[in-house]
Amino acid sequence: MNRFAELLDRLAYEPGRNNKLRLITAYFSETPDPDRGYALAALTGTLSFKHAKAGVIRDLIAERTDPTLFALSYDYVGDLSETVALMWPSSPLPAGERSAKAAGLEPGEGDQSARRDDTPSPAAPTRIDLSPAGRGENIVAVAARRHNNPPPPTLTEVVATLRTLGKAELPAQLARWLDELDETGRWALLKLVTGGMRIGVSARLAKTAAAALGNKDAHDVELIWPGLAPPYLDLFAWLEGRADKPINRDPAPFRPVMLAHAIEDADFSTLDAADFAAEWKWDGIRIQAVSGRDDRGHIATRLYSRTGEDITRSFPDLVPSLHLPGAIDGELLVVRGGRVQSFNVLQQRLNRKAVTPKLMKEFPIHLRAYDLLADGDNDLRELPFTERRVRLETFVAALDDPRIDLSPQVPFATWDELAAARADPTSAGAGTDAEAVEGVMLKRRDGPYLPGRPKGPWWKWKRDPHVIDAVLMYAQRGHGKRSSYYSDYTFGVWTNADGAEQLVPVGKAYFGFTDEELLQIDRFVRRNTTETFGPVRHVVHEPDQGLVLEIAFEGLQRSARHKSGIAMRFPRISRLRWDKPPREADRLDALERMLTSETAAGGY
Amino acid sequence: MRPQDLLTPMSAGLCCKPGGFHIDPVRPVERAVITHGHSDHARPGHGTVLATQETLDLMRLRYGDNFAGSMQALRYGESIRLGEVTVTFHPAGHVLGAAQVAVTQGGLRIVASGDYKDVRDPTCTPFEVVPCDVFITEATFGLPVFRHADAAAEVEKLLSSAALFPERAHLVGAYSLGKAQRVIALIREAGYDSPIYLHGAMEAITDYYVSRGIALGDLRPVRGMAKADLAGTITLAPPSATSDLWTRRFPDPLTAFASGWMRVRARARQRGVELPLVISDHADWDGLTRTVAATGAGEIWVTHGQEDALVHWCATQGLTARPLALVGYGDEDSEDDSAAPSASDAS
Repeated sequence: MNRFAELLDRLAYEPGRNNKLRLITAYFSETPDPDRGYALAALTGTLSFKHAKAGVIRDLIAERTDPTLFALSYDYVGDLSETVALMWPSSPLPAGERSAKAAGLEPGEGDQSARRDDTPSPAAPTRIDLSPAGRGENIVAVAARRHNNPPPPTLTEVVATLRTLGKAELPAQLARWLDELDETGRWALLKLVTGGMRIGVSARLAKTAAAALGNKDAHDVELIWPGLAPPYLDLFAWLEGRADKPINRDPAPFRPVMLAHAIEDADFSTLDAADFAAEWKWDGIRIQAVSGRDDRGHIATRLYSRTGEDITRSFPDLVPSLHLPGAIDGELLVVRGGRVQSFNVLQQRLNRKAVTPKLMKEFPIHLRAYDLLADGDNDLRELPFTERRVRLETFVAALDDPRIDLSPQVPFATWDELAAARADPTSAGAGTDAEAVEGVMLKRRDGPYLPGRPKGPWWKWKRDPHVIDAVLMYAQRGHGKRSSYYSDYTFGVWTNADGAEQLVPVGKAYFGFTDEELLQIDRFVRRNTTETFGPVRHVVHEPDQGLVLEIAFEGLQRSARHKSGIAMRFPRISRLRWDKPPREADRLDALERMLTSETAAGGY
Repeated sequence: MRPQDLLTPMSAGLCCKPGGFHIDPVRPVERAVITHGHSDHARPGHGTVLATQETLDLMRLRYGDNFAGSMQALRYGESIRLGEVTVTFHPAGHVLGAAQVAVTQGGLRIVASGDYKDVRDPTCTPFEVVPCDVFITEATFGLPVFRHADAAAEVEKLLSSAALFPERAHLVGAYSLGKAQRVIALIREAGYDSPIYLHGAMEAITDYYVSRGIALGDLRPVRGMAKADLAGTITLAPPSATSDLWTRRFPDPLTAFASGWMRVRARARQRGVELPLVISDHADWDGLTRTVAATGAGEIWVTHGQEDALVHWCATQGLTARPLALVGYGDEDSEDDSAAPSASDAS
């Protein structure tokens, strides 16, 4: 548990993806089975413990600490798990760490010099005996008693015990572990049992780190993942070259998805319009819907996100529609009254703990299919796109279900014709669904279905992003290679509040600028800071003084968490407007107007 | 005599009227008794300064030869008569030369402990418990969430990170007086014998530690090093420098920070620290409460830091306690003592 706790601790502070990977891979290579397998399960979100709730933890700490001290501490720390981890009473003193001289000495008896050979050697076991010198009613003898403590639990013990433990036994067991672990161990334990890790590691990243152990690609792990279960002994045996690749016996496995490159103006001159088919690019969630027959001949159905995460539980209403064996690549949308809804509406169905009948009725889910990767037992991925499209049309017709339809193709003969369709999807066939179109997809007619993002066969050609001029308000330092640069920017637009013109923050951007522009902004920030709050610099933003940033973004939505009431999707800095005085930057009203005709980034 | 007549909190600091001196005054006074060399406790411009030899030397390094009208050194365990009182120094275990000041008159003894810690530190004399009637304690880490880890284990984290990321430069933010030298000594104890690089602001103080017989191994200035040659190295710098333009000379720097504040995640994240090292030169909660109890004092005065929780705890132990509300003392880790040297040597 301690090594796992150390890993979580490190990951929680490490901002860089590659460094996170290194940390996780190093952990997998150092940690024996089955601990590392349970760690992989924890990082991929495969573990959940139903009885462990915050209330249990509050009760435990309330029995052990002074309520005033707890309140002061919780107020300072701001996180329950962390406060409990830090405050949990235990006094196993590190051997040799406490000063041997911490004993009552009469004046004059003390050490006469400041030479360092007076310090106890680090190896010397120290027992502190605070003998009362005269009047010591309050003296509590504290003895180093680390050697009397049972060893801390292993991760495997924790997982195995939690799986079988009844609700009534949980508090006492948690308390025993908390007694045995150190601060970091306690924090990690509490994060593990309550399920909220929040250390910035996706399941995909954890699998990529595991794959790296055997110099394999994450796709190889994704392919067999659905057939694996914690503690993944067969997976690690294969990655370390000790066994054959585990066979995915899953009847409905995930297949690594194919992604598209963004097309640039210059690309068109090298491409022949006749080689490509076009479809609308939908502003939904990319999904792979897979059905297959299990050993007993029953249909098993799974829905996967583009990274291979199983999201079936979030969309139970779609499962019955997928009654034929096959693997569809498509877009998850909400369709109400025959009309595709915007991404903002779809978002109401995402990341819900409970999928209620009301939610399913209010936000009816729909699958718009654009590719077929398997038909029955036949893998179609080697076939050219046009052949797969024909198979897809037949397959969707056979499903014959109102929840599943085909993503229509956009006819065009020249790039100019396609450009016209992209500019006006409503009259180019998308009709009332145009609101959920965020561009067009180009697919080579002769292209096979390849995992990853191969350059050439698939292109995405998004509609032009929204652009506003905003004023730089605050800047914060980045991490790693950017650690000394002010590279995170909060920007705002004008509004009239309480009768006065003022800037209200509408978003934050971290990229979009060149290295040279970063240097320029950094210099501007350093020279124009009016106040600092910890790592945040308040940058001058007056009507005549300040820096205007042209911000490109993909969409807007209402947000109660933002002071402006608006949150931006995918904002980035597209240009520095040194030429523009801040007073001429955009106003909040402009964003309010955009909110109604709203589109945003999607699944490719 | 009442304790508050022996030592009285005044705007300039704690004043001993019968002895005619102030302890760690924040404004120039005629006679000052200084507990240790950190700049919030040791300020220039006093008429006479009484301190340990090390504290006097460190003040000279910081402020120049004429930092006070006259200086007088007192050793640990030695007593001196000032006016109507006796002043005795005892080791505080905080940094090199740090002393607790015991003030005695008649049968009454008050100990002003300055900043202290009761855990091992290879670079200074260990803390001593001094029995007294009134104990004046700091409360920098006066909340039960502050329980400092085993410093050796924290240094082990640093060394394993350096081994895992050999192409990155590890920058360790550490206060230039005391913390930096302690971290270096702990790194050496862990068996790391490669050169350790120093920010310009730490060189003089570190040299002084070495001159006092504290072995710190191969130390080199980071100034003038080629960027590529700093991959895989460890550099110590004042905390503020680790988020400064100065870091651009390092390849893919990884920022560590050695401080008791690193115990709380939000504090580490606010500073953009990637590798927090919980190493403190102040007593943690357990150390504060253990020491308060061990002095046998019936009355506790709490100075700078999180006074509320410690005063509350004292009350639950049946001790009389009150916050002194002295102003001008802070946490040295948040002190920005490096801005000038780092900006000027950004070449």
